[in-house]
Amino acid sequence: MPGTGTRPLRSKQRRSALRTAAFMSPWLIGFSVFFVYPLLSTLYFSFTQYDGFRQPSFNGVDNWSYVFSDYPLFWPAMRNTLWLVLVMVTCRVAFGLGIGLLITKIKTATGVFRTLFYLPYLAPPVAATLAFVFLLNPGTGPVNTLLDAVGLPTPGWFTDADWSKPALTALALWGVGDLMVIFMAALLDVPKEQYEAAELDGAGAWARFRHITLPNISPIIMFAVVTGVIQAMQYYAQPLVAGKVAAGVIGGSGQQFEPGYPDKSTLTLPQLVYNLGFQRFDYGTACVVALVLFALSMAFTALLMRRRGGLIGAGG
Amino acid sequence: MPRTGRTARLTTATALLAAISALATACTGQSADTASDDPKADVTLNFWHGWSAPSEAKAIEDNIARFEKAHPNIKVKVTGNMTDDKINQALRAGGDKAPDVVSSFTTDSVGKFCNSRAFADLNPFLEKSGVDKTKVFPKTLLEYTEFNGNQCTLPLLNDAYGLVYNKTAFAAAGITEPPKTWSQFVEVAQKLTRPKGDSYEQVGLMPTFHGYETTPMRLAAQWSPTYFGADGSSNLAADPAFAKMLTAQKDLVEKLGGYEKLERFRNTFGDEWGAEHPFHTGQVAMQIDGEWRAPMAKEAGVTFEIGTAPLPVPDEQAADYGKGYLSGTIMGIAAGSAKQNAAWELVKYMTTDTEAVVAFANAIHNVPSTLAALESPDLRVTPEFKTFLDIARHPKSSTTPAKADGGTYQLTFQDFAYAVEKGDVTDIPAGLARTDQQIDTDIAKAK
Repeated sequence: MPGTGTRPLRSKQRRSALRTAAFMSPWLIGFSVFFVYPLLSTLYFSFTQYDGFRQPSFNGVDNWSYVFSDYPLFWPAMRNTLWLVLVMVTCRVAFGLGIGLLITKIKTATGVFRTLFYLPYLAPPVAATLAFVFLLNPGTGPVNTLLDAVGLPTPGWFTDADWSKPALTALALWGVGDLMVIFMAALLDVPKEQYEAAELDGAGAWARFRHITLPNISPIIMFAVVTGVIQAMQYYAQPLVAGKVAAGVIGGSGQQFEPGYPDKSTLTLPQLVYNLGFQRFDYGTACVVALVLFALSMAFTALLMRRRGGLIGAGG
Repeated sequence: MPRTGRTARLTTATALLAAISALATACTGQSADTASDDPKADVTLNFWHGWSAPSEAKAIEDNIARFEKAHPNIKVKVTGNMTDDKINQALRAGGDKAPDVVSSFTTDSVGKFCNSRAFADLNPFLEKSGVDKTKVFPKTLLEYTEFNGNQCTLPLLNDAYGLVYNKTAFAAAGITEPPKTWSQFVEVAQKLTRPKGDSYEQVGLMPTFHGYETTPMRLAAQWSPTYFGADGSSNLAADPAFAKMLTAQKDLVEKLGGYEKLERFRNTFGDEWGAEHPFHTGQVAMQIDGEWRAPMAKEAGVTFEIGTAPLPVPDEQAADYGKGYLSGTIMGIAAGSAKQNAAWELVKYMTTDTEAVVAFANAIHNVPSTLAALESPDLRVTPEFKTFLDIARHPKSSTTPAKADGGTYQLTFQDFAYAVEKGDVTDIPAGLARTDQQIDTDIAKAK
């Protein structure tokens, strides 16, 4: 008889679904409280005038139109963030891989080199930035003194809008120890038989790297790129500290500091979120920038994840 | 009617969104408008301030000790070294741990604090206590501590900006007195500048707007500018003071070697608040600064003689020599505090009690913020300090007004000034008009 057999089945399915939900509930609660609710709140506040003290009032798309049309800091921050995502992440991955390759090849004092390259990663970001501002000081820094001594041009580094982002990239390369360790582990995992076979076939160093090393470590490269993009999107402390110290602005009475020195070249989107929300008391507009940042992160990650299949395929 | 799965999902989503919105709204703070607490009841106040040096912290503690002796029912828990960002967050969050009384160095935040009602309006408290603020505080100080009639803060000590100079370097260059007009200033700055290779041994003055206190607002004060018109809109293009100041400053930058050379030299300077300040080391002979610089230089053990003077004025305003830019520390009561009447007792004592104000001013070398304290015989006045007292008293000394966007309008103007000094702007009036538009947009947005 139809129906009599399906009822116990449905009941069983319901019990199974409930059990699954019960097991998932810790994650579901966390996801809802720490992701879904803040995301929806951010969306809600982006349509309000809200200073954190008074009740928020609905102001339609005012905040959105202000950010895209009237806020003079948004587009410079957007350009800087995209620059950091493209250039800094590429340099970091290439440099991390390069150092990893070098260290796996050397035969003596490997431990010393590993430690030397990893140590800078342990330095707190603010301390590392302060050290770099000192090293790259255009007037008294040892880097420019050295460049000057060998007759090379001496850049303004953190005080020159054309050099400030390359200076930040140099700082990021200095702390590439984390990537180096990951790449070293991946490189040591590449089966040696493949190299031996390639050598027997007459493959040179570049051919071995191109056809054996790269395919084998492509998932690790993808991991480094995705995490690097997310880090670059959240880049906040280093450019802020570098800009502030290089500008010589510590702040006396009645004195404010706007991030981005010099010429807004070190301004990033996370700095705008903080600046708008917590210094200008404009939560609504800060929420718009936060949502733009979120959308950008999602877009980059989605794009990279689409490429991931191909890369892993190549490796497999 | 049975609901379809799609309708049910839509309804659930709408309800969820509504619930989240309601929750988000409910989570926002609501400030109290009236104070009903008994100021004679036993109470502990949280007082946050930004001073951090041991001598400053001691000066605060001494003042608080005197206050607690006079008000045995009120205990004050003092937390120092607080930044504006921490203060802002605590005010928003509220609760038992949040400050009841706050002191901030950033006068630029007053517009935001008053506009957002983060701080309680002190007018009712002043009236209740019979304090006529116009008779207690100088007019300019009242200007930067209120917004649209809402006196949400009061001045707690004052900063006056003038010129601190190296008397020994002046004598060596054959200069007998500090410059009074802008053209004299340019001449003196050039005389005191000693190049060394493609850099300097000494500059007469670091004129770029990143030169510590040499901000566009400090300098513009010498031209007596009007930042906003009668209708409240930005007035930078309409008031010739701004274009004149920017042109004069750019000219000085060029005459002292140009932007790039000066900025490169500026990067060799030490910290503004440390012993290696370029004025202390002899790298600059004149420094636009506040009343604290001369005692700080002496504490750093400089070997040269120090002189102070008002900043020079434009040649056509020579009669107004003596004026300057005024700013200072502010003090207010958190709107969310449940102890506002007791908090007022502390604010009243710290800001209006002549003995308290004078003791504090003496301890941290700041200009007193009340008319009575300025004239007090107990005020320790050195010849260097007297200059700044006179600037504070000068009727044409000015400040930057409080606006709803806080100091954002100043940052916008400052950004434009950076572009001018660098040589990126060829048409200053047109640039000022664009800056006006941006300022008006930002202020309309903040309202």
